[in-house]
Amino acid sequence: MTPDRSLSRRRLLGAAGAGALAVGAAGVGGFAYGHETDEAPPTGVDKATYPFHGPHQAGITTPAQDRLHFASFDVTTDSREELVALLRTWTAAAREMTAGTPVGDGAPTSYDAPPTDTGEALGLSASGLTLTFGFGPTLFEKDGQDRFGLRDRRPAALRELPHFPADNLDPARSNGDLCIQACAHDPQVAVHAIRNLARMGFGTVAMRWAQLGFGRTSSTSTRQATARNLLGFKDGTANLKAEDPDNVEKFVWVQEDDDAAASWLAGGSYLVARRINMHIEPWDRTSLREQETLVGRNRDEGAPLSGGTEFTQPDFDLQGRDGPLIAVDAHVRLAHPTQNKGVKMLRRGYNFTDGSTALGRLDAGLFFIAFVRDPVEQYIPMQTRLSSQDALMEYLQHTGSGLFAVPPGVGSKSGFVGETLFA
Amino acid sequence: MTRYTTAACAIAVAALAASTSACSVTEANDTSAKSKGDGTINVESSAKNCDLTSSEAPSGNVVFKVKNTGSEVTEFYFYAADGLRIVGEIENVGPGLSRDLVVRAAPGTYLATCKPGMVGKGIRSKFTVTDSGTSTKITGVDQATIDAATSQYAAYVRDQSQQLVDETTKFAAAYKAGDDAEARTIFPHARQYWERIETVAESFGDLDPKMDLREADLEPGQKWTGWHRIEKDLWPPASGYRAMTPAERATAVDDLLANAKVLDQRVQGLKYTVDQIGNGSKGLLDEVASGKITGEEDIWSHTDLYDFQANVDGARVGFEGLKPLLEAKEPDLATQIETAFDNLQPLLDKYKKGSDDFVSYDKVTEAQRKELSDAVNALAEPLSKMTGAITL
Repeated sequence: MTPDRSLSRRRLLGAAGAGALAVGAAGVGGFAYGHETDEAPPTGVDKATYPFHGPHQAGITTPAQDRLHFASFDVTTDSREELVALLRTWTAAAREMTAGTPVGDGAPTSYDAPPTDTGEALGLSASGLTLTFGFGPTLFEKDGQDRFGLRDRRPAALRELPHFPADNLDPARSNGDLCIQACAHDPQVAVHAIRNLARMGFGTVAMRWAQLGFGRTSSTSTRQATARNLLGFKDGTANLKAEDPDNVEKFVWVQEDDDAAASWLAGGSYLVARRINMHIEPWDRTSLREQETLVGRNRDEGAPLSGGTEFTQPDFDLQGRDGPLIAVDAHVRLAHPTQNKGVKMLRRGYNFTDGSTALGRLDAGLFFIAFVRDPVEQYIPMQTRLSSQDALMEYLQHTGSGLFAVPPGVGSKSGFVGETLFA
Repeated sequence: MTRYTTAACAIAVAALAASTSACSVTEANDTSAKSKGDGTINVESSAKNCDLTSSEAPSGNVVFKVKNTGSEVTEFYFYAADGLRIVGEIENVGPGLSRDLVVRAAPGTYLATCKPGMVGKGIRSKFTVTDSGTSTKITGVDQATIDAATSQYAAYVRDQSQQLVDETTKFAAAYKAGDDAEARTIFPHARQYWERIETVAESFGDLDPKMDLREADLEPGQKWTGWHRIEKDLWPPASGYRAMTPAERATAVDDLLANAKVLDQRVQGLKYTVDQIGNGSKGLLDEVASGKITGEEDIWSHTDLYDFQANVDGARVGFEGLKPLLEAKEPDLATQIETAFDNLQPLLDKYKKGSDDFVSYDKVTEAQRKELSDAVNALAEPLSKMTGAITL
């Protein structure tokens, strides 16, 4: 079973009398997993801090944390210098926050000045916070304008995603010049990060849209249990995992010679974001038979209907009484790598609910995030098939969309996010 | 366009030719069975054996948890003593998987049967249901009642499809003649015959996209045909739209009419099972919830309320036909559904103009739409339980 996400990290820290800002990895395991289960915590999943520096940005192969705050921004300045200055400022703040330190290192300010850090994460650990930055197509060119001298460096694959059948995208929840994915075990830590980054960006960027995710639906490590989405089914069983470095290299990280115009993106990736609303109420009125047939797996275990257990490879040819046990339009069949020329994605999605709609229904679903080396090969063909053929689409509606190029990691203390692009 | 199908019980012509029992919905939700606890009888179906943890159970609801421990797809049948009448069954259990079967069994002798490989008479053993004394009121439904319900429904579908062809013929004539006012008048009424039997029509995977696809549902490069293509031509957007030429009009509406005739031909020989009718009724309410209440169905004409009414009409016909069966099994649920239908209709009537027309849906406020949505939820929730209740 999935680790309980409801237990507040703050309560446990409080109970333990731990006031320190950072807690060692060993001490943290207890509060994320030590409850109502005899299972040992999956090691490495619940670290308090993840290193900010490295060849790749954190928050991609990092074991998926439980909470998300995702934000998309429009750049409001015309000045390349101001934009670069903000990226430097963001980088410095990200270094601090991912280490569990307040913005500005907690240095006192005048009693007559607003505090540098907004304060709501004081006393909390880093909570496994990762901050992952991305650049949208409009940063490179917007309305035919080369805004920051970047047009020639725009990766060929970085274009607004095409219209997929049945899309009902809200422009106010789609696209953007920049994005930040904040993931943490504690929602307050993730929200604190986005809030502070947005604040220091005022005048240079403006928030365009944001999305909270209250529970992970993907595992990016074999040490994590597969979480469930709001349809009640395990999601992302066949996901790419960090323990499969060859495939991560092949399917996640952009390579040096992938795109001559965009060698700056080597070591980076593409982030596909899709806000997928679920028709929760009709789904809940659907028989278990139909639910399992649509998904192609059983609900209890997540085993493919062709048999076995969760991680058994589906047998798409195995026949039942009226056709294959896994229906021809079952989600698992259409989404499976074996049915998509072998391409894989690293999915990192989150369950969301944004309250209720004007019709009194849950405004809820899956905020889909995937990291891919090439969206043109790995995402667009698969989503085109799913949108037109997946029987599950009856219960889904895509309401938001974004594609971002995620630059490589920051190599040193003096570096900043996107330095290879602005070099 | 929508694609609610009845999954394993898809209303395909081939499947319909098979016996009704091939598609009875008697499998249970795992969790509910587990919560019942000790009464569950575990069944292990292997290549050679069909092992039950008990060979008897008290009368009432009997729960079998069937695990396929073999390497082939298996089935489990609970036959009456004659070894012919199926009281309950589960099919298509993959190797290693478990599924629950709930049957409502009266005292007597039965045959528990595993069918590994889905062939032959299976591995049978005697199973005794003792008189528990507490649940003696197990009401059966005779075959005549079932036959009456299913044949009535088949007749209803044929009648609606015939009228669909008739009205679409009139619509085509007006549209081709350039009489837009007349075409606009006929449009929502002709569509109602489609909407009343929408779940049946949708079961023909090829016809639905040809006849009822919405613009937003188009695949790249896909040709847009059917009702909504013509709808946009009759209620064009203020700018950026090129009206169809007379020749294009003729092509579009002749195609629609031809497909309506194909549908009419196909439904002539169709037979329905009880669960198909029940799931169809529930599916029509889902159509209302997902497309009509949001105003996404008829975005150009705003005639969504006609479709709404027609979906509800079709759902009600399905329910009324099954009501004698439901009343025998779960009378309280029958009353609850009936009441919910009765509560919904007056809310729809508020938007009627004359006896057969409705106000434009863009004139219905958010608060009014919510009122409708709440009433649909109140109906769809109990209605979704009907099929399971009848087939238990």
